[in-house]
Amino acid sequence: MTRRRVNIRMPALGGQGAVTAAHIIATAADYEGYYAVSNPFFGAEKRMAPAESYARIGVEPIFDRGEVVYPDVIMVFHPQVITMGKSYTMPFYSGIKRNGLIIINSEEDLLTEEDKEYLEGLEVKVLNFNATKFAIDIAGTELSTNMAMLGALFGAIGGVGVESIEEGIKSRFLKKFVASGGTASLDSALERKFKKKLELIQKNLDTARAAYEMAQRWAQEQGLEPFLPPPPKKALV
Amino acid sequence: MAQASTEKVIYNRAGQRVVSPDYLLFEAPRTKHFMTGSEAVKEAVKRSSVDASVSYPITPQSEAAHLIGELWVEGYVGVYFRGESEFGVMSELAGCAMAGARSITTTSGPGTLRAMENFPMWAGTRIPVQLVLMARGINSPLSIQPDNLEVSFLLDTGCMIWYAENAQDLFDMIIAGFVVAEKPEVHVPIITAVDGFFVSHTREAIMLPPDDIALPPYDPYKSPMPVIDAEIPPGRFLRDPFVMKSNYISYATHASWQFEVRSAIERSRPYAKHYLRGLIEEFGDPEAEIVFVACGTAAAQSKEAVRLLEDEGIKARVVKLKTIRPFPIEELINATKNAKTIFVPEFNVVGWLEREVRRYLYKRSDADIIGAPRVAGGMTMPPEVIVKEVLKILGKEVKHVI
Repeated sequence: MTRRRVNIRMPALGGQGAVTAAHIIATAADYEGYYAVSNPFFGAEKRMAPAESYARIGVEPIFDRGEVVYPDVIMVFHPQVITMGKSYTMPFYSGIKRNGLIIINSEEDLLTEEDKEYLEGLEVKVLNFNATKFAIDIAGTELSTNMAMLGALFGAIGGVGVESIEEGIKSRFLKKFVASGGTASLDSALERKFKKKLELIQKNLDTARAAYEMAQRWAQEQGLEPFLPPPPKKALV
Repeated sequence: MAQASTEKVIYNRAGQRVVSPDYLLFEAPRTKHFMTGSEAVKEAVKRSSVDASVSYPITPQSEAAHLIGELWVEGYVGVYFRGESEFGVMSELAGCAMAGARSITTTSGPGTLRAMENFPMWAGTRIPVQLVLMARGINSPLSIQPDNLEVSFLLDTGCMIWYAENAQDLFDMIIAGFVVAEKPEVHVPIITAVDGFFVSHTREAIMLPPDDIALPPYDPYKSPMPVIDAEIPPGRFLRDPFVMKSNYISYATHASWQFEVRSAIERSRPYAKHYLRGLIEEFGDPEAEIVFVACGTAAAQSKEAVRLLEDEGIKARVVKLKTIRPFPIEELINATKNAKTIFVPEFNVVGWLEREVRRYLYKRSDADIIGAPRVAGGMTMPPEVIVKEVLKILGKEVKHVI
């Protein structure tokens, strides 16, 4: 099923980088030639408490803003979103559209029979994978969980390639950027951990690529078609 | 200085080449960038030859205020400091403007209300300062989230009010705002309003002219009011204080001055029309009898709703108001000529835009005017909710709209 728009909701825990992921997802899609917009949830988020961000990608100009109430894709960044209800919406999949996609950072199957029945009724596909393990194995830190998540997203829905993901990551970490004081200190912590920025980018990209390829194979097995038609425009230089 | 025989290139304090407002806004080549609304504020201020900015932190405008501070560090803004409260900020900004500086600040929600006394004072002293208002809920109960109730408090302060839909609008409006506000026959404050978070924190594509060109610096000697000469006391910052003379001449002077401030806003119309490319923007089927009249994010959500209604076989259109003061009266009347049903979707509980629309369409339109849907306190207005409202009012079946 192709759409004009893919609306993505990312329930996560504060500190996991869901806002950064939304930023990179939108930047990458924009680079690929789609229209794209990202935004965080508008609250007082904090570490380990519920945090949420959103990205919208489409083939026509996007006016829509704010929380994604009716998502095509939900990316669950942490098992506690489901197991402890750390989500702004209950159940976490509320509003999911027919033929939607849910990506969960967990190898364990966390859904109840009731959940499965509801989602199957809407023909929603669920991809369970351990994004944090990808991050630890490839980047050497769980801080790259968000990279594995966004790689898996694009692998599963198609349309945006690895080159664009790389541009999105570079644009986030190489340009001068202010999100908030908290993000700035997180950035400096990240830099200390990776020693060098370029190394950070490479490791993040490797993580994203590995998850991308995994999800691409999964999508083929599931017979998932690309969510969007090809991009309508070439990126302006 | 002797007049040069050849065309002279002029640079501002930051070393940017001074260009005409028309060149900066309409002719200069633009390139695509991807940024938040807060970052768009920085880019606009960077190209506006700003002399002074005073800041005070409050969500969601803190980042914009912070970024203007970075411009000061980089030499693009003449003076930048932090006020002791929003009241202090707006007072100090007035001082900067009275001394002849092009001045800008930003605030949100409770900050706007704390500073309230200053806005009519700005207008009464005829200073062309700019406030970038990133609307958020006002207390109480406490909310930091998007809600534009505060704009209703500002409608009759004597300031011009423009409303931006997105980062691109905001960028262009900030630059155009200075140009229009500083016209000698206008010369009143400009409030460029935008919905907090929905624009300030949303990252989107925006087209920007190069950053090595900028607006001509403000010329305070074109002001209809004398600039303060701080070296020759007493600094003359108000007209004769009417309150000191309790007689009918002083009352009449006070009254006529208030009329004059409002007339000044009226005189901004042709300039606003030129620099904003019209006071309204229309979207959707021009023949449609269902019309959404909205500003800011409500206009954005209505545009999405028009697309969804099209899928349901219902024609609809959006009339987006870019200016609230002056109110685009003739434009609205013309644009709603064929309307049967007018929806005014809003992000506040009182429906201040609905009141405005009713007031100006009274006996000028036969359409039903419906103040809905309305959300507040930080809620999102999904286009699906707007569609549901329309179907309900039209007496059509409300299916699962997604």
